[in-house]
Amino acid sequence: MSHIISILIENESGALARVAGLFSARGYNIESLTVAPTQDSTLSRMTLVTTGSDEIIEQITKQLNKLIDVVKLIDISESTHIERELMMVKTRAVNGGREEIMRLAEIFRGNILDVTATTFIIEITGEKSKLDAFLNTVGEENIIEVVRSGTTGILRGERGLTV
Amino acid sequence: MELSGGEILVQCLIDEGVEYIFGYPGGAVLHIYDALFKQDKVKHILVRHEQGATHAADGYARSSGKPGVVLVTSGPGATNAVTGIATAHMDSIPMVILCGQVPMAVIGSDAFQEADISGITRPCVKHNFLVKDVTKLASTIKKAFYLATTGRPGPVLVDIPKNLTDPRVKVPYEYPQSVVLRSYNPHVKGHRWQIKKAVDLLLAAKRPMIYSGGGIVLGEASTELTELTRLLGYPITNTLMGLGAYPGTDKQFVGMLGMHGTYEANMAMHECDVLFAAGSRFDDRITGIIAEFCPYAKVIHIDIDPSSISKNVRVDIPIVGELKPVLAEMIELVKASEIQPDAKALALWWKQIDAWRALDSLGFDRNADVIKPQYVVEQLWEMTQGDAYITSDVGQHQMFAAQFYKFDKPRRWINSGGLGTMGFGMPAAIGTKLAFPDADVFCITGEASIQMCIQELATALQYRTAIKIVNLNNGYMGMVRQWQEFSYGSRYSQTYLETLPDFVKLAESYGHVGIRIDKREDVRPVLEKAMAMKDKTVFLDFHIDPTENVYPMIEAGKAHHEMRLAPGVNTDTELA
Repeated sequence: MSHIISILIENESGALARVAGLFSARGYNIESLTVAPTQDSTLSRMTLVTTGSDEIIEQITKQLNKLIDVVKLIDISESTHIERELMMVKTRAVNGGREEIMRLAEIFRGNILDVTATTFIIEITGEKSKLDAFLNTVGEENIIEVVRSGTTGILRGERGLTV
Repeated sequence: MELSGGEILVQCLIDEGVEYIFGYPGGAVLHIYDALFKQDKVKHILVRHEQGATHAADGYARSSGKPGVVLVTSGPGATNAVTGIATAHMDSIPMVILCGQVPMAVIGSDAFQEADISGITRPCVKHNFLVKDVTKLASTIKKAFYLATTGRPGPVLVDIPKNLTDPRVKVPYEYPQSVVLRSYNPHVKGHRWQIKKAVDLLLAAKRPMIYSGGGIVLGEASTELTELTRLLGYPITNTLMGLGAYPGTDKQFVGMLGMHGTYEANMAMHECDVLFAAGSRFDDRITGIIAEFCPYAKVIHIDIDPSSISKNVRVDIPIVGELKPVLAEMIELVKASEIQPDAKALALWWKQIDAWRALDSLGFDRNADVIKPQYVVEQLWEMTQGDAYITSDVGQHQMFAAQFYKFDKPRRWINSGGLGTMGFGMPAAIGTKLAFPDADVFCITGEASIQMCIQELATALQYRTAIKIVNLNNGYMGMVRQWQEFSYGSRYSQTYLETLPDFVKLAESYGHVGIRIDKREDVRPVLEKAMAMKDKTVFLDFHIDPTENVYPMIEAGKAHHEMRLAPGVNTDTELA
């Protein structure tokens, strides 16, 4: 099962390398990793999607906590949460296919960001599975390029990951 | 007070109470060395290779409990130190490494002697810093010492670009009194309820076993561990890193456990019903094959590092906390408890353990004509009455030292247990001798290991650190040769050192005393003669049995109860 680990980490040089290095050194998987500063400029927030048995996830969270730069972390997939990923897809769009792709984008609540005589760029936000479904529906033969942000997420309700 | 960066660095060391730093100068640290020259409070020990600096600082730290401090230049100076940093990291030794870096203006330009040492050391330090602002230098040094010495200790590296130490740039200096890091809280009290549960389980045990490691030494919890163990009357084993934390000559001590542990320690591990692990980390050299580790036991584990718990072996009662207070609390609970250890079950258990012990799994031929390495260590132990500081390198000699020198006190046994670094022993002995100038310091080594940092013989002369080197010379990389004998059909691939120096002449050329010993009857007299030379470093080159192996042994993929015993030892005498 995928776990989504949200991390508050000191906004110091090398902090990202410490996290990435930990995963490669100990042979853990990273499915995706996003990082950006928070409203507090001394902190960055990282969202890391990983897979592993319960024992491995327990070790991952312990090892992350051990990093001096890590202030706080939480496995948000253990509680009710919202997760989102942003994707931009450049598709081939010619002849009758243009209509079809526009319709699909609408069904998936996507926005068309760029239009040329032969291509569209479509922006879609959602859970990973929704983005996967869109790509499947459009079909590999129509896709020129895909760029995904990686999953990020937040807990529902009053609880939050704050200092 | 306005100081330059170089002066700040030195003043920080003075304010931190640093007695010695171990280092080697170079371009990027010239300003710092100039600041060092102008004071006499911090003594600099000039080594002959940066690896030697880290091992010497490490030996100083392990023996004294104070952090070891290293100063090296950028590029090769820093990379040469990496092995010693990794060594300290694996054994959780407090160390602060101050490292020169090229000026900030040229970082990233592949400048002369530039290396990304922060990047290189990231996986083998507790933490590291690249200082970019001279006004943050003092607070960073304070943080480095704080991180290195608190919680689970470890090495912390501070990378200092040369322009920060420029003597022309002076800034106000104040050494911080304390540090608060929002992401780091090292003082963890064990959970009361967990401690209570652990005591209840311990007292209910029929076949208990106490297994303690280096954490007891690092956490200064030897007194508490000893008191608790005696109060309970249970058998105790120590890991390689934990030797001396419980008196090695005590009858409740069943010897070291693990790959070259005693038969009784490993059998007791296998058969126990409650395992009490304190400050140990279930290393693979301890556990044997994990699937068959302590199959009948409920496991209690105290450790200051949560990530040590349930890392390799699933634990039933985890306690995260500092060992000393947790053990003290356990003592109080045991004393106050109405339930006391089951005397009848315990008597049966001891009877079984004594039967295993009667096998004498460490037995060797004391009447052999050749010098047996075990004999040398045993004689050394007898002569020093177990009171010397012993450093070692890595290999057969290290195991013989661990098996035959019975350490009664913590911090007397100084070896690279985790990383297994050849070349560690002699510089570590120099560091130990500096920490305890009046103590007897012996480095038990082999002819292969000693050559990996042999240049530090010069350092030993320069600072008159009168150490004694016990070189167990068998002409082979003995431990590798042993594995080749057991598992590779005696194909001794590249383990015979065909050309060795004349160690006597070598020692003499460095200004020391060298003695070669070939006969068994000379062993004790020569050891005594060497020890009597209080102000000399003496290199004792013992030419030992080249075929001797370390027994007993848990071979790869085997469990505690599947030990390979020395030829001639059999288990027929074992009780049912």
